[in-house]
Amino acid sequence: MSDMAWIDAALTSARPQAVGALLRYFRDLDTAEEAYQDACLRALKSWPRNGPPRDPAAWLIMVGRNAGIDGVRRRGRQEALPPEEAISNLDDAEGAAVERVDAADYRDDVLRLLFICCHPELPATQQIALALRIVSGLSVRQIARAFLVSEAAMEQRITRAKARIARAEVPFETPGAVERSERLGAVAAMVYLLFNEGYSASFDVAQAKAPLCEEAIRLSRLLLRLFKTEPEIMGLTALMLLQHSRAAARFDTEGQVVLLGNQDRRLWNRKLISEGLALIDKAMRHRRPGPYQIQAAIAALHARAERPEDTDWTEIDALYAALERVQPSPVVTLNRAVAVAKVRGPEAALAMVEPLESQLSGYFHFHGLRGGLLMQLGRAAEAREAFNRAIALANTAAEAAHIRMHLDRLAGAR
Amino acid sequence: MLYAILCYDSEDVVGAWTKEEDEAAIKRLEVVEEKLARQGRLGPVARLMPTTAATTVRKGREAMIIDGPFAETKEQLLGFFIVDCASLDEAIETAKELGRASSSAGAYEVRPLMVFKPNDVTRTDEVRA
Repeated sequence: MSDMAWIDAALTSARPQAVGALLRYFRDLDTAEEAYQDACLRALKSWPRNGPPRDPAAWLIMVGRNAGIDGVRRRGRQEALPPEEAISNLDDAEGAAVERVDAADYRDDVLRLLFICCHPELPATQQIALALRIVSGLSVRQIARAFLVSEAAMEQRITRAKARIARAEVPFETPGAVERSERLGAVAAMVYLLFNEGYSASFDVAQAKAPLCEEAIRLSRLLLRLFKTEPEIMGLTALMLLQHSRAAARFDTEGQVVLLGNQDRRLWNRKLISEGLALIDKAMRHRRPGPYQIQAAIAALHARAERPEDTDWTEIDALYAALERVQPSPVVTLNRAVAVAKVRGPEAALAMVEPLESQLSGYFHFHGLRGGLLMQLGRAAEAREAFNRAIALANTAAEAAHIRMHLDRLAGAR
Repeated sequence: MLYAILCYDSEDVVGAWTKEEDEAAIKRLEVVEEKLARQGRLGPVARLMPTTAATTVRKGREAMIIDGPFAETKEQLLGFFIVDCASLDEAIETAKELGRASSSAGAYEVRPLMVFKPNDVTRTDEVRA
């Protein structure tokens, strides 16, 4: 690995901690980001000459803090001085103060930085875009490419979102235990949204969106290093690792989506699977199940099955029943019906699916599954009608093509 | 004399390698491994999972189980075991058993392996248990 590549990787990895700490000092996102940029420029000059510092994040915080103070002083000549409390802790900026920044500070800094991106008034996609810009440090161009919009449009979106959170009250006090766990919950949800933004892609955009999945996993691992004893963060990381392990098997050579049961399991990434399994194993010891752990446990059962017919559907049915209890939603019930069809047959599954009609009538997968169950029961005309509704609601060409294959099979059976 | 060569690096940096970068790094190492193996000098090679997968068992009358890697700096790495376990529970039980048998304080970090190549040293220099 070349010097520059190493420095680039170290800067990326130190960024959330460094920007988070600088935000705590300067209490202003733009000042914190500028100070961090200054520190990065100095790192690019100093690190190749002097070798990498022992703790890159601490180095960036110290240098960024000094640069930020300089900037505030420079501006101070032209503008009125900012109120004292706006630049907290400046006194201890001298010397090796950062040596004493302890792990608890870092932890709350990173959490705060992620948490301000989860502002409830921001739509989910803006929360994600903002987190990618501020926390992950992706360029506007990279983010725009992943969201399939123009750079100018993304620039505008991020600027608006930033203005929105600048007006909001940023919580600078050290959070209490309850607050911390609420923040962690909001941040975990945002990280999973980020993952899904990259995951639910069709083949032609999968390439562009893959970095979103990887970034979500990276942020989740960071959270797990900071909150070592949180079983739901273990569960979230495991869930994403297990889902991402199937990335190479999700599309065929023509770009058609390949359903789980038909995937070539040799293409699954065994390293990601074994790490996911190790994490879910670790989480289960806490006996505090939550939605991420349960979903990860379901993904783990798929990952453990060498062939589709080895899948433990009875256990999957039980896990979905548990998920229905902690996070009731018609989509969860719909997923459970897939397991029920395997365990108790299509009739029982259909009975579970039918009552969801009013809530899921606009949902592609509802009609797709219902059509499949009707087809298994030999009710061809109704199946055809359900499949036609599914096609009308397909989100991607691959989804539509998959349903068309069923329709062709129905036509062939006539 | 048998030597253990322990690998230290930033897991954030290594963990962020693309599949291609990772494979390229492994390939370069394997060239060296193969040479050592031909000379009969290579013993077990292992790659550990990230520290996020680690659990620490603090020895004592009542062993304490702590999520996360071993983080103290006043104790040093003195040795390791590689044990096949069906689950983390079994691994922790095994660590506890070893803890009861050992006379010292300290801790065991239980970390799953990502890659394990058993290899066998055939060129024997002096030290063998």
